[in-house]
Amino acid sequence: MIEVKNLCKCYGDKKAVNDISFSVGKGEILGFLGPNGAGKSTTMNILTGYISSTSGQVLINGVDILEDPIGAKANIGYLPEIPPLYVDMTVDAYLNFMYDLKKCKLTRKAHLKEICDICKISHVRERLIRNLSKGYKQRVGLAQALINNPPVLILDEPTVGLDPSQIIEIRTLIKKLGKNHTVILSSHILPEIQAVCDRIIIVNKGVIAADGTASEIADKLTNEHKMTVRIEGTKRTTEDKNEIVSALKAVDGIKYVRADMEREKGVYDYDIESEDEVDVRRAINSLCRDKGWNILMMQLSDMTLEDIFMKITTGDITAVKADEKKKVSLDDFNISIQGGMGLDESAEQAEENNEIDSSEEGGDK
Amino acid sequence: MGAIFRREMGAFFTSGIAYVFLAGFALFSGLFFSLGVIGSGMSDISPMFSSMFIIVVFLIPILTMRLLSEEKKNRTDQGLLTAPISLSSIVLGKYFAALALFIIAESVVFIYSIIIALCGQVVWSTLLGNYFAMLFLGAAFIAIGLFISSLTENQIAAALIGMFVLFVLYLMDSLAANIPVEFIQKALVSAAFYSRYLELTRGVFDLSTIVYFISIAVLFNFFTVRVLDKRRWS
Repeated sequence: MIEVKNLCKCYGDKKAVNDISFSVGKGEILGFLGPNGAGKSTTMNILTGYISSTSGQVLINGVDILEDPIGAKANIGYLPEIPPLYVDMTVDAYLNFMYDLKKCKLTRKAHLKEICDICKISHVRERLIRNLSKGYKQRVGLAQALINNPPVLILDEPTVGLDPSQIIEIRTLIKKLGKNHTVILSSHILPEIQAVCDRIIIVNKGVIAADGTASEIADKLTNEHKMTVRIEGTKRTTEDKNEIVSALKAVDGIKYVRADMEREKGVYDYDIESEDEVDVRRAINSLCRDKGWNILMMQLSDMTLEDIFMKITTGDITAVKADEKKKVSLDDFNISIQGGMGLDESAEQAEENNEIDSSEEGGDK
Repeated sequence: MGAIFRREMGAFFTSGIAYVFLAGFALFSGLFFSLGVIGSGMSDISPMFSSMFIIVVFLIPILTMRLLSEEKKNRTDQGLLTAPISLSSIVLGKYFAALALFIIAESVVFIYSIIIALCGQVVWSTLLGNYFAMLFLGAAFIAIGLFISSLTENQIAAALIGMFVLFVLYLMDSLAANIPVEFIQKALVSAAFYSRYLELTRGVFDLSTIVYFISIAVLFNFFTVRVLDKRRWS
């Protein structure tokens, strides 16, 4: 349905989009995820023909957007970041205008009524767009995108400015639309993407950092198999700690062990990283049985979409910073990223978090 | 094109620009009509038309100022440029909406013709000659104003720059007279709007002038399309 090949867009020296390629099939809902300035909106603007790419090709339904822009655009319904609304018109007049603009051939009255019902704006059709709340403006924007029933829907942050119940409504709506439309949806609200999309593309600094379902992406990134184990030694003192660390290091398949803080009196947590595709849980268990130690807790560090996102989008920055900050040792820091947080906040927090994590490691080595 | 034409016509009236323009045109043409035509006791309407040139210089930029600048500012151009229509139909839709309003304003002259008919004989050939001269002048000026509107996001800037440019065009004859280099002077004089327009209002039908005004209109509409097109590439 949509095919993007080696898409590049430069603004002067700055590469806003750098060699992005992907394709989206019919009936697929694709989530486009990335921090601010990652190139999400630029990519969407290129897909819809609002701006042109510096190089690369975009095919919408097999039609090249540069060779036959009108033919390609006829297949797209687009809701830009800021809905293109004429505030001096009534909702009805505006939708009629867009109907004419898109040269829609469907029965005018029935089609517009259907769309207004879908977007729940039937009761505000006679009102001036200027006087509508942001949520309603967003819905009118969405209604406009649905006119002429385009096979491809491109929605740039469709739930911005909506209240929680509206967000759920719009999500349900998008899911419903996804059954017979191809939808590309951008957002930086992670749960939204997780709830709605079949497939996720994470963009960062103009390149695709990850592509797949949430679990596929997580699998790729979590092949290091990190876990945290709390082991009670026989003496319940710091001597245990060293003994346990060296014993664990001797276990096959474990490539990294580090004692974490004292969680209970004389009992420490150990961060363990195993080699790829090796399950070391049983080996650890039998080791403890042999030595007479008790495992009080064992936790795999599963990655949520947010962890993945942070890892992908902040990883390379923090690697550099970690070098600079080797001397800083902050053992007691433990910030957990809360689910459902807006990305802007959590990105900063995670960056902080990552920095601390890596500087810890740096200090240990 | 039709959809954009209809929307712009509606927007002219909801934004009040249409009323300002129509009232301004009626006020000044009425003034020049009563002073220049009724006052002098002639049935020739040409003096009114020749005086209207300078008024049009200031009124047309008001008509065209928001046509494209506001779209850009409110990001509504995203809706237009991603719709399955060509750039030229966007530009022409807006252009013809402004031109239609100009024609409506200009048609006030037919009311004056009734007044003349009450007191004397209407010379239809000069009246229609003047009418079309002004129409083609407006066609050229609106294209220039629309082009200027496409260059900026600020409609006030678009209006002021438009007035300045049209005023320079108005002064071109006098500017040309002060240039000592002969071929530049000749080129400027032949490109001057005012003297060409005056010729038409005197009843001298000059096809080259009509062609000139239409060419300016086509050229600047083409430039406007190029501006919109270029924005996508920058």
